[in-house]
Amino acid sequence: MRQIVVVGASLGGLRAAEALRDFGYEGRLVIVGDEAHMPYNRPPLSKQLLEGTMADSECMFAADSVDADWRLGVGAVGLDLSTRRVRLSGGGEVAYDGLVIATGASARSWPGVPLPATANVFSLRTLDDALALRAAVAEPRRNVVVLGAGFIGCEVAATLRKAGHEVAVVDVAAFPMGPLGPLLGAHCAQLHEQHGVALRLAAEVVDFESDQQSVRSVGLRDGTRIVCDVLLIATGAVPNTGWLRASGLDCDPGIVCDAWCSPSGHPEIVCVGDVASFPSSHANGDRLRVEHWSNAVEQARVAAENLLNGRSTRFDPVPSFWSDQYGIKIQAVGIPAVGKDSALIQGSLESGRFVVGYGRAGRLVAAVAFDYARAIPGLRRQIHAGAAFP
Amino acid sequence: MKVRVDMDLCESHGECCFVAPEIFELDDDDVLRYDENPPEELRPKARLAVSVCPVQAVFLDD
Repeated sequence: MRQIVVVGASLGGLRAAEALRDFGYEGRLVIVGDEAHMPYNRPPLSKQLLEGTMADSECMFAADSVDADWRLGVGAVGLDLSTRRVRLSGGGEVAYDGLVIATGASARSWPGVPLPATANVFSLRTLDDALALRAAVAEPRRNVVVLGAGFIGCEVAATLRKAGHEVAVVDVAAFPMGPLGPLLGAHCAQLHEQHGVALRLAAEVVDFESDQQSVRSVGLRDGTRIVCDVLLIATGAVPNTGWLRASGLDCDPGIVCDAWCSPSGHPEIVCVGDVASFPSSHANGDRLRVEHWSNAVEQARVAAENLLNGRSTRFDPVPSFWSDQYGIKIQAVGIPAVGKDSALIQGSLESGRFVVGYGRAGRLVAAVAFDYARAIPGLRRQIHAGAAFP
Repeated sequence: MKVRVDMDLCESHGECCFVAPEIFELDDDDVLRYDENPPEELRPKARLAVSVCPVQAVFLDD
């Protein structure tokens, strides 16, 4: 292979490029990224960067050590599988012998009733998004409304509440952080309420009141009106596959990959991170598409190895992810939603330090720890080995 | 081989403990303990620990 192109210059693309060099690839490496920034770490965006304890320069990865031709501020707009070329925004194209697709995901746009104004409406996915949101909450005691009680919504709510803003979180779901299940969902709801977040759960947005530029209040089905200076849309993410629409690659909604990270019939292509869907032995027969940090890192390494050496390693990890809220470290291994039942296996809910296990068919399939990090590596091994539960 | 962890950055995620349990472990208070001078044959695992750390707190100094 003489030229490998990596499309996507975030965590997955960077780690894939590093792994290619690590595995001895000495040919040309071109890295294409649609953001103007060198690769940066996204987890601090909803926390330290937003609260101002970390500067944007501190979010940058140490990427200089990778010998590559970086093409930043350039998006991929098309892929020709037969001639092995990636078309770029601005009209150029780049040929490849091997291709790594790591184009990630974008914030899902608001799926509900029409939003009549945009000046104070934000999403949080990129560094620029985070800087814009931070600027919007520069004044004290802003009324912040967060639509979506998933991980990003809850993290932003915690960060901005700690900073003294009035925060309301609205979701149609009955609990925040739905994937953790009702037991921990109720615990998380209590946590946010104790800190003074106004949680509006099982709630539906029916209208936005606005002036010409800005949304001024959010109306709910039950008649509640929530005053709004800053509106954050935190309704999840969608994989960035629009540029592949005419390529013939199967996207459903992520790129459908085999166990070796490649789209069917294309071993010269590997996919990494949020954009890739892959078969899993940990998802009760479903395919997985994982939008978490550790997955991108692990998949990057396996994908790079398979791209260079053929089908050498299957990618079938026990997923893991974490969240930080109010100084509490929440860590998960496995897929809690796969579990049929859950039970406390270490510590106590009252103490705030505990582990909840999730089981299915007599086996441990996932675990979530609150301030109990030391249990996590062992639990991950147990889930991999199919340990008994309860 | 010299392993160094910036303990001001470390948030005890435990990713390093998962990929290189011979070098890293979390104690009963979730504080990271590690071998600063692990044997040379653990270098691949130490490099992996550097790449999987969510807060980039792990360094290989030689």
